[in-house]
Amino acid sequence: MFDIERWQEIFETIGKNKLRTFLTGLSVASGIFILVILLGFSSGIQKGVKLQFAQDAESRISVWTNVTTKEYKGLNPGRRIQLHNSDYETINTKFEDEIEHKTALYNIWGGRVNYKNEFGNYRIEGANPGQQFIENASLTSGRFLNQNDIDEGVKVAIIGNKVKQELFKTEEAVGKTIKITGINFIVAGVFTDPGGEREEQRIFIPISTAQRVFNAGDKLRSVAYTVKMSDNFDEAVALSAAVSDGIEKEIKSRYSIAPDDRSAVRVFYNLEEAQQIYGLIDTMRLVFWVIGIFTIVAGVVGVSNIMLIIVKERTKEIGVRKALGALPSSIVGMILQESVFITAIAGFTGLFAGVALLEAVSPLIDSDFIKSPQVNFTTAVSTVLILILSGAVAGYIPARRAANIKPIEALRDE
Amino acid sequence: MIQIKDLHKSYQMGSNSLHVLKGIDFNVKEGELVSIMGSSGSGKSTLLNILGMLDEADLGSYTLDNVSIKNLNEKVAAQYRNKFLGFIFQSFNLINYKNALDNVSMPLYYQGIKRKERTDKALHYLEKVGLADWATHLPSELSGGQKQRVAIARALASDPKVLLADEPTGALDTKTSYEVMELIQGINEEGKTILVVTHEPDIAEMTKRIVNLKDGRIIDDRPVNQILAKAHV
Ligand SMILES: Nc1ncnc2c1ncn2[C@@H]1O[C@H](COP(=O)(O)OP(=O)(O)O)[C@@H](O)[C@H]1O
Ligand SMILES: [Mg+2]
Repeated sequence: MFDIERWQEIFETIGKNKLRTFLTGLSVASGIFILVILLGFSSGIQKGVKLQFAQDAESRISVWTNVTTKEYKGLNPGRRIQLHNSDYETINTKFEDEIEHKTALYNIWGGRVNYKNEFGNYRIEGANPGQQFIENASLTSGRFLNQNDIDEGVKVAIIGNKVKQELFKTEEAVGKTIKITGINFIVAGVFTDPGGEREEQRIFIPISTAQRVFNAGDKLRSVAYTVKMSDNFDEAVALSAAVSDGIEKEIKSRYSIAPDDRSAVRVFYNLEEAQQIYGLIDTMRLVFWVIGIFTIVAGVVGVSNIMLIIVKERTKEIGVRKALGALPSSIVGMILQESVFITAIAGFTGLFAGVALLEAVSPLIDSDFIKSPQVNFTTAVSTVLILILSGAVAGYIPARRAANIKPIEALRDE
Repeated sequence: MIQIKDLHKSYQMGSNSLHVLKGIDFNVKEGELVSIMGSSGSGKSTLLNILGMLDEADLGSYTLDNVSIKNLNEKVAAQYRNKFLGFIFQSFNLINYKNALDNVSMPLYYQGIKRKERTDKALHYLEKVGLADWATHLPSELSGGQKQRVAIARALASDPKVLLADEPTGALDTKTSYEVMELIQGINEEGKTILVVTHEPDIAEMTKRIVNLKDGRIIDDRPVNQILAKAHV
């Protein structure tokens, strides 16, 4: 393999048969090219989806209520189910061991907010301190809600980064007074959210304050939790599922809702969705690999065929070489090495072309679901190994054919 | 140099068997220049191929330079061919994408000789056949006679014990044939043992001994008064 003389021989042969070599390589190069592009995009989609999930905590569970659709215990369908503080507290006690962060929520959409001459309409959410972790929000300045805010019903607001930019421009926001639906609030903090602008167009205020200023009594729009995460993804999913199920049963029994009423109480847990989508991505990756591998197999069959034609074309030459003392092993080595060399070079060309295209296209792609499609190092290495292997496979049959050539038959005139 | 005894060879053609060599006994001493004659199909090439270890006899013994040649596997046969024998073919059998020099180097490559030494030696043999100036030319740029000279240089390159030539002038016109024979005679004068298969009497007359084959048997084996090709060029 590392015999310089042998390499010189091969370079000479390849150099003298450029067109043939080029055509041979083309199929492999395009196979690898397609594989790289497919894998690049699949990893891009994976990254995009991961980011989508990052906008909220992975183990978030949220509970919404609606109207009943089934008759139960003599109660008519069409009842509107309303959550109350007591529901929140009951759940908190009941699932104390499993729950990590918690918040009760009361929000209004499109609350008018002013600061000096600037104004805008934002979603105002009454929440508990746990909301920060459930939303995956982080503070750029100031603080988040604390328990004292809730207990005292303080009029403080934690505003999203987008709100800050629109109302305050470059001015410092923390400590300033804003008017929310005409009521004065002091800005205590500014947050960012991985979910982007849409999530940053919100304002959080203490839940107790919200219920008071919006005349909601002890009513809640929804409650949200995160469960304690385990390192094992499947375990975490199972725990989420169990807690969600428990919460749903609890509320149904409290409000006499039919156990099979699917609309009155809805408990969503992110992990279930995550599991499904990750499963989907895994399947997609597998499909891409299979497509890529088939393309390479087609390339290998092509190379193998062309090498067979080459061997046939070179029958006389191989006969001459044998008559002059070429060992069968050196003939096998020659064909095999040539095949591996051609596939490797062609494959690398395809690999680099694919990577280059991804690099060029990557910055131009601006979609929530595909983020910077690229191939990672491991993928590149596996492709290279596949290449070398395919070269050997492609060369094997032709090489065997070549080794079996009988010099007298090859050299017979006529 | 060569001893063969009671050599038999048959070819299987479906259910038929074609008995091509029917008991050949024949010896060649070192330095001889022998021609093997006979009509087409008489088994000349078959005999030469067996001598060249490209084919194996069914029966009989073959000794080359005191080495008994039998039951060779492909690897050993290849090594013996490389070491003991040089081949010259009717259709030259040069490798068409290699230039004259690289063609001549080929047997040296299979001997494991380094490139530098290979080139030196090959150039030396090209000089010997008068084609040093054509070293970098491809076979397609050479005339028939020149091609055969390159092939002769290639056959000589590994310094074999015996040169085997199957109809070396079969594809050449008379004048060129004689030039090639002149070269062969010169090489023989330097001591090389050479066997030439031919069906042309004038070529045979330029060797030192004629062996006549007919229907797979030697019917005549006689020395000749060698005619020097030089006189006819
Ligand atoms: N591989 C083979 N298979 C079958 N028949 C063969 C084979 N090689 C040669 N023959 C036959 O053997 C006979 C002798 O062939 P050959 O030695 O080439 O004759 P020559 O060289 O004297 O013309 C011919 O009839 C030829 O057809
Ligand atoms: Mg013949």
